[in-house]
Amino acid sequence: MTAPNGMRTMLGRVRGLGSAKSGFAHWWAQRMTALALVPLVLWFVISIISLVGADHAAVSAWAGQPVCGALLIALVIAVFHHAQLGLSVVIEDYVHEEAPKIVALVLVRGLAGLLGLIGVVSVLKLMVGS
Amino acid sequence: MAQFKLPANSTISEGKTFRAEGAKRIKRFRLYRWDPESGQNPRLDTYEIDLDKCGPMVLDALIKIKNEVDSTVTFRRSCREGICGSCAMNIDGTNTLACLKPIDDVSGDVKVYPLPHMPVVKDLVPDLSVPYAQYASIEPWLKSETVPPPDKERTQSVEERAKIDGLWECILCFCCSTSCPSYWWNGDRYLGPAVLLQAYRWLADSRDEHKGERLDNLEDPFRLYRCHTIMNCTKTCPKGLNPAKAIGEIKKMIVARA
Repeated sequence: MTAPNGMRTMLGRVRGLGSAKSGFAHWWAQRMTALALVPLVLWFVISIISLVGADHAAVSAWAGQPVCGALLIALVIAVFHHAQLGLSVVIEDYVHEEAPKIVALVLVRGLAGLLGLIGVVSVLKLMVGS
Repeated sequence: MAQFKLPANSTISEGKTFRAEGAKRIKRFRLYRWDPESGQNPRLDTYEIDLDKCGPMVLDALIKIKNEVDSTVTFRRSCREGICGSCAMNIDGTNTLACLKPIDDVSGDVKVYPLPHMPVVKDLVPDLSVPYAQYASIEPWLKSETVPPPDKERTQSVEERAKIDGLWECILCFCCSTSCPSYWWNGDRYLGPAVLLQAYRWLADSRDEHKGERLDNLEDPFRLYRCHTIMNCTKTCPKGLNPAKAIGEIKKMIVARA
């Protein structure tokens, strides 16, 4: 077959380095964030529609309320965590060279973490009052 | 990256045409042909078949072609009744068993290719040694420390036995695994629907005492969790089984023990 496998037996190739004995947490988190996003996104869209025409001060005041702020933070965390989980799977599916794969995974996870953090800090700023 | 285009030595050219002179009901069979010894690219040969002188299934036509038209056509077949899994191939764009696929089900020319994304040995014969080794890796046999009584077999209630219905019928033709995009891109590490259905066949067996060990070996981002519920496996299974559901059941078992 292909060169990297040399003269290894088929069973040796297939067993490889063994089972990672993980993967459940990733899969479960993807489903749980998806589930959380259903009510959160619905709430967010309805809230934004109800704020149509409101000025900057009104929107800031709305986002600064404890419940709205907390829900916004939950939304930001769920969105970026879910996006990062999903994009990681896409990269693992299609990028097979080790170096580009690791770079892409670090970039996606790093960016998602950073953007999520910016979102959380922004909402906190509105809650505390600028 | 995953390979989306055929490499240069795999592009298919137009091959020979074999006419059926004087036939009234003609069906054209377009067969994938590749001979590793010729050094040439694969080609599509066209065979005209007189349906009045041919059995009803695609396998009947293939055997007729090999016997009467072109003996160089190479394919696997054995039982011709859908129980051995040898004649699994891609017919009219779908993986199925040539012996169970009626010619009349195909409108227009009957295109026949080997199972997708496997190395080709010759013509319609794919190299399935990786899926076979993957099957061996899940240790598909009953594992139990408890010795059964010397005068009896291991007992199982009717309900317990019913749990392996829809699983034991799998004939390991690998139509499902080779229809799965996840298996195409990561077949070296993802076990694929056929092997996972077999793995669940032992997980679902009430007599097996090694469920935890079996789940440990499956819980892996690639071995199990490369399944993205695409459902091609269930759609294509010539035996009408549901590998996607079996994979879902394995995932549920892992939830249950988490």
